[in-house]
Amino acid sequence: MSRMKQLLSAAAVSIGLSLVAAGPGEAAEATAPPEVDWSFNGMFGTFDRASAQRGLEVYKQVCASCHGMDLLPYRALVGIGLTPEQIEALAETFEVQDCCTEEGEPFSRPAKPADRFISPYPNEQAARFANNGALPPDLTLINKARIGGADYIHAVLTGYEETPPEGVTLMPGMYYNRYFPGHQIGMPPPLSEGVVTYSDGTEATVDQQARDVTTFMAWAAEPETEQRRAMGVKVLLFLIVLTAFLYALKRKIWADVH
Amino acid sequence: MDANKTWKNPVVAWIDHRLPIFSMMNADLVDYPTPKNLNYWWNFGSLAGIVLVIMILTGIFLAMHYTAHVDHAFESVERIMRDVNYGWLIRYLHMNGASMFFIVVYIHMFRGLYYGSYKAPREVLWMLGVFILLAMMATAFMGYVLPWGQMSFWGATVITNLFSAIPLVGESIVIWLWGGFAVDNPTLNRFYALHYLLPFVIFALVFLHLWALHVHKSNNPLGIDVKGPQDTIPFSPYYTIKDAFGLGAFLIFYLGFVFFAPNFFGEPDNYIKANPLVTPPHIVPEWYFLPFYAILRAITFDIWFIPAKLIGVILMFGSILILLFLPWLDRSPVRSAKFRPIYRQFFWLFLVNCIVLGVVGKNPPEGHWIWIGQLTTAYYFAHFLIVMPLLSYLERPRQLPSSISAAVTPGGLGIPARGAAE
Repeated sequence: MSRMKQLLSAAAVSIGLSLVAAGPGEAAEATAPPEVDWSFNGMFGTFDRASAQRGLEVYKQVCASCHGMDLLPYRALVGIGLTPEQIEALAETFEVQDCCTEEGEPFSRPAKPADRFISPYPNEQAARFANNGALPPDLTLINKARIGGADYIHAVLTGYEETPPEGVTLMPGMYYNRYFPGHQIGMPPPLSEGVVTYSDGTEATVDQQARDVTTFMAWAAEPETEQRRAMGVKVLLFLIVLTAFLYALKRKIWADVH
Repeated sequence: MDANKTWKNPVVAWIDHRLPIFSMMNADLVDYPTPKNLNYWWNFGSLAGIVLVIMILTGIFLAMHYTAHVDHAFESVERIMRDVNYGWLIRYLHMNGASMFFIVVYIHMFRGLYYGSYKAPREVLWMLGVFILLAMMATAFMGYVLPWGQMSFWGATVITNLFSAIPLVGESIVIWLWGGFAVDNPTLNRFYALHYLLPFVIFALVFLHLWALHVHKSNNPLGIDVKGPQDTIPFSPYYTIKDAFGLGAFLIFYLGFVFFAPNFFGEPDNYIKANPLVTPPHIVPEWYFLPFYAILRAITFDIWFIPAKLIGVILMFGSILILLFLPWLDRSPVRSAKFRPIYRQFFWLFLVNCIVLGVVGKNPPEGHWIWIGQLTTAYYFAHFLIVMPLLSYLERPRQLPSSISAAVTPGGLGIPARGAAE
């Protein structure tokens, strides 16, 4: 009886905790994003390298005109399978303001792999000025910083409607999005059929581009994911075996008490 | 302490004669007589101690890479996550360790509530535990501010603003706490300093907690006193192995989150850098504060001349401080709920009430959450102020067993603790 209660109480506590900790999902007033079967889902998921590299293309050609990825250095791109030569070549296409020459003058130079992704705007004021007062958020952590994570990012990128439903009046300069909280988003629909030409020949549908760029940003937000999971499997297997031995030992030591 | 213990190793014997540290460790960790009937709920005390050590160690390594400045704090945390070797592991251990600490300590406290571990002669032991909880809460709150995300900033703003409810001096106190006119760099700096200091205060309190524990020794599921050596077993090897097994099971749970769902307990908003100009739609504290947050927000009306906000603040602090008086609110001489049929029902009701309070704290204070919050807040206090004192007189406890060994091994042989046998 009391054992039963103990179990029940443990269950109650864990259910309670999970209810309490279930995340702020219910707080969002927008439609729930559709679930996508991401390559990086689950305990053993890994980033689809080809998709992440295509996502980098989408970011460079589309997103990067307004959004920075300030926390991501070019050198980190080895994580999605770019070679050091490719990274160097990519970095060199960007100019970075540096300080200083021997005379103390600021100068600009081509970016190096150790530089972080060069932002489209020199500062927040410039970004707001160019975007009707709105500040395009940095995308390095966007997958971790939104309720719903990758599913949400993908949903917003594909959730635009050209004409809002009846009864909805959009504020000037706003666009209707099914998944954005409040449905009015300042970002114009960023993706359209074939806006990016993939070098690997993949057909650049809107959904494909959204999936690829979301995969890229999922990696950028948590580049340690694969290492973390691989280590976790080993650590947990070790602990399960160790704990089983400890339990056997406990039984043996306690045998004379029971 | 066993002063006559002789040590074979001459170096150990030489040191022990001058500083009896080995005798002390032997008396408190090896021979230490422990009731033979402790169940697995008694594992959570040692687990809490281990989590504290994990938190201090991971915290020190994080401190080596963290920058406490509003312009750099957020980036320095991301640098730890990306560029520091195994920085992501250290940070996720620390971040999830905070949640684990509260899970373990809450279970430890509810175990104490169920088995009456706060009753004479263990009142001071219990009260020290309440002080540890308070210190933990302060530490956790300030630690959550350090990454300088949106929830860090706005959580700090909401909670420090509570002090403005104090009549006359409230506003001045808030400015004093902030070190300015808003949560800003001075606030972050002092929170960092205190976040580093308080764990060592907790460590000292834990030392006192253990000292008080070792005077009257552990309570047990029967809640009756140890009658003699037949009721106890030596701590080692019996409870060292039981605690080791419990630790293994706990680590599987803890590291499961660290490696596979490291942000389960967190808020996505905290991966957005703090912005004093943008308020998040819902400011919520970490899950372990939610029941208290619900109590804070429960009162929506002024009472007489006292504003609602001040009542909320008083109730929130009161909800923890009331635990200090528990040994005197519960006058029943029987400790364990096993023999208190009515208290046992109320214990479960109280547990459910606390969980509901947590759910209320998670939700915006609108609609039905308002009256549910008020009802559960009222019941939280009623449990301590009405139910416990009344039950002390109204409840008829069941017959207590004559001794631990009589109840656990009927007619069986007790294995005397080595220390107690001499």
